[in-house]
Parts: sequence; C-alpha cells; structure tokens
Amino acid sequence: MGDSEVDVKAQKTVFVTVGTTSFDALVRAVDTHEVKEELSKRGYTRLLIQMGRGSYIPTKAEGGDEPLAVDYFTFSSSIAEHLRAASLVISHAGSGSIFETLRLGKPLIVVVNEDLMDNHQSELAEELADRKHLYYGRPQTLHHVVADMNLDSLVPYHPGDATPVAKLINRFLGFADD
Amino acid sequence: MGCAVAITLLIAAATLIITRFLYVLHRTGKPHKPRKPSSSKGSAPQPLSTLIVLGSGGHTAEMINLLSVLQKDRFAPRFYIAAATDNMSLQKARLLEENADESSSSQFMQIYRSREVGQSYFTSVLTTLIALAHGLWLMIRIRPQVILCNGPGTCVPLCVIAFLFKVAGIRWSSVFYVESIARVQRLSLSGLLLYKLRIVDQFFVQWPQLQKKYPRAHYVGCLM
Repeated sequence: MGDSEVDVKAQKTVFVTVGTTSFDALVRAVDTHEVKEELSKRGYTRLLIQMGRGSYIPTKAEGGDEPLAVDYFTFSSSIAEHLRAASLVISHAGSGSIFETLRLGKPLIVVVNEDLMDNHQSELAEELADRKHLYYGRPQTLHHVVADMNLDSLVPYHPGDATPVAKLINRFLGFADD
Repeated sequence: MGCAVAITLLIAAATLIITRFLYVLHRTGKPHKPRKPSSSKGSAPQPLSTLIVLGSGGHTAEMINLLSVLQKDRFAPRFYIAAATDNMSLQKARLLEENADESSSSQFMQIYRSREVGQSYFTSVLTTLIALAHGLWLMIRIRPQVILCNGPGTCVPLCVIAFLFKVAGIRWSSVFYVESIARVQRLSLSGLLLYKLRIVDQFFVQWPQLQKKYPRAHYVGCLM
C-alpha cells in the first residue's frame, strides 16, 4: 500500500475531457509532442484523456522515455472523480464541464471547438477567461496557452446562486417573501 | 339580409377574439396580487401546478439549481418534461425529487422533438407537426399554472400553447424563462423568439451584457 500511494501522490495528472460527443481536434492537439513537452516542463507526469465518440486514438505511453504517461478512455460515469484527482483540467467548452471543474477549484484550460456550427460556446469561455477564472484557446494554440499560463494569477470562481431568480418568481406570483 | 347578419356576427367574434388577445398580451408580465392563505389563517396559500421543461446537460444543471431553492409546497404538483431522446435529464430530476422527500407529487414525461440534429428539412415539417400535437396533448393534460423553462427548443411551442390557453380562457399561467448561462452576448434562438413574442411573464438573463441589449430582461447573476 505504502509504495503505490506515494506513487499516486507524486503524480500530477492532466485530465482532458471532450464531453458527451467527440472533439478529435482537441485529442489530437494534446497528443502532439509540443503540448506534451510543455506539460512535462510544468511538472505534469500523466495525461488522461476522455475521448468520447472520437475516432482519433491517442498513443498510449507508460512514461519512461516519454515526457508523459498517456492513457485514455471513451466514457465514464465517474468523471467527477477524474476531475477531483486532476492537477490540471483541459476541457471542451460545455457549461456543465466548465462549472463542475471551477467548483472543484481546479485550474482549467477550455478549448473551443471551431467545427461546431453554432459556436455560441466560446462566449462563456471568453467571458470567464476575461474574469481570470480560466484560460482558453483553440486546438492549434493549446501549446502556447500551456507555455504562457500562470496558474497563480487565476481567480477562484465563487459558485452562483439561484435565490434572486426564486425571489423574483415568488414575488411575481404574489407569494410572500420568506 | 342573412348575409349581413353573418358578417356582423363574424366581425363581432373577430373583435372579441382580438380584444381578448390584446388583453392577455397586456396582462402578461404584470405581477399577481398577494396570495391569501388558502383557508383558515396561518395556513399556506394554495400551491400552483408547475411545468418544468428540461433541456440537456448544462441546461438541466441550471434548472436543478433553481428548483433546489424554490419552495416545494408552493410549486406543486410538479410536471417535468424532457425530450424523448434525453434520458439523463429526467433521471436527474427524479433524483432531485427523491432527495426532496416531500409528500407533494411530481410526474415525469417525455416529448417528441421537432427536429433531431442532422435531420433533413423535408422530414422536419412532419416531425414538427407531430411534436406540436404531442405538446398540445401534454398541455391539455397538465394545464399548468406556472411554466419554468431555460432554453431547450421544446419550450417554445409549449409556451405558445400556454399563451393560447390564456386567450381561450382554458387556463391562466405564468411563464418564466431563464436564458442559459452559456449565453453571454447573444440570446439563444428559443430565448430570442420568446422575448420578441412577449409571451413570457418574466425573462431572466445571467450576464449584464444581455440585459443591456434586452432591457425587458431581468439580470439575476449566475445560477451556476
């Protein structure tokens, strides 16, 4: 038990998630030598990729000669656990994934899928990046983002609150305030 | 002579309908009077039957956040509707209702989507008609007093049907729309339609930029 636990603790995992569909451009980008090199320079030791329905299969690596150990899977019911265990999260731009990661207080890079027809998703990532809650980029610029990011400058996200909406709805319907 | 009577009746009927239509449009967005206790003093006011239109993924998470702070004894019974292809959302709603552990009842229903991603426009016409008929059938069964929705395309026909129910005097309902947190600069198509049609009583946005562009919207901050 002792040895393996030390191993797990020494690992710094980068968790990549594409969500419920596929995002081959992102998987391909994290699988490039440039990105892996930059991640390794920053002290990350392991790359775990949730690749969804994508057709691009990343190259598995055990570590050793390679800068990073690489592993992947398609889907999992325990994404939350992978997020919790990660030291850095690289995610697609879906709001569910973004807020789940921010709530866990994990450093986050959001990569926008430019192949999507209705690309409203970049709005949210851009806004949250302006507010310094996360970094964001495109698949082609990911290695620059990793090279230039300064995780200490990120501002923790304080989860929102639905009570203002609930209050307005109650008032409109004539219910007394609590 | 008979013809003149028929025309007069027709004009009278049309005037009546248009007047009613304008009245409903005028009343939409006007708050209700304070609710009185249902019977003896001290007891809570009558609960309102509530329809909750669920979207997928992030939309559902936002809606669940809102539902978790709404008083269950005021919004009851609760009817959940999700797209027939979306099992996850109803599962999440069921989980919320189980945790609530209240005596108030809730029901879960699925609705046909007018169009699946990638479907051709020709078959879309037919599926849209089926979806509309199904929506009408569900609305006749539920006749909700409150409708909560936050973005999925399925909520637009349901809100239109709710408005027509008001005009026809079948059921008066209050419709609340919360634009998704993912919308920072521009409204979604559903949001834009409902805003322009003015059939929503209160329209909420989660970013100040949107409130500036759409002044009738209420800015409420982030739900997530």
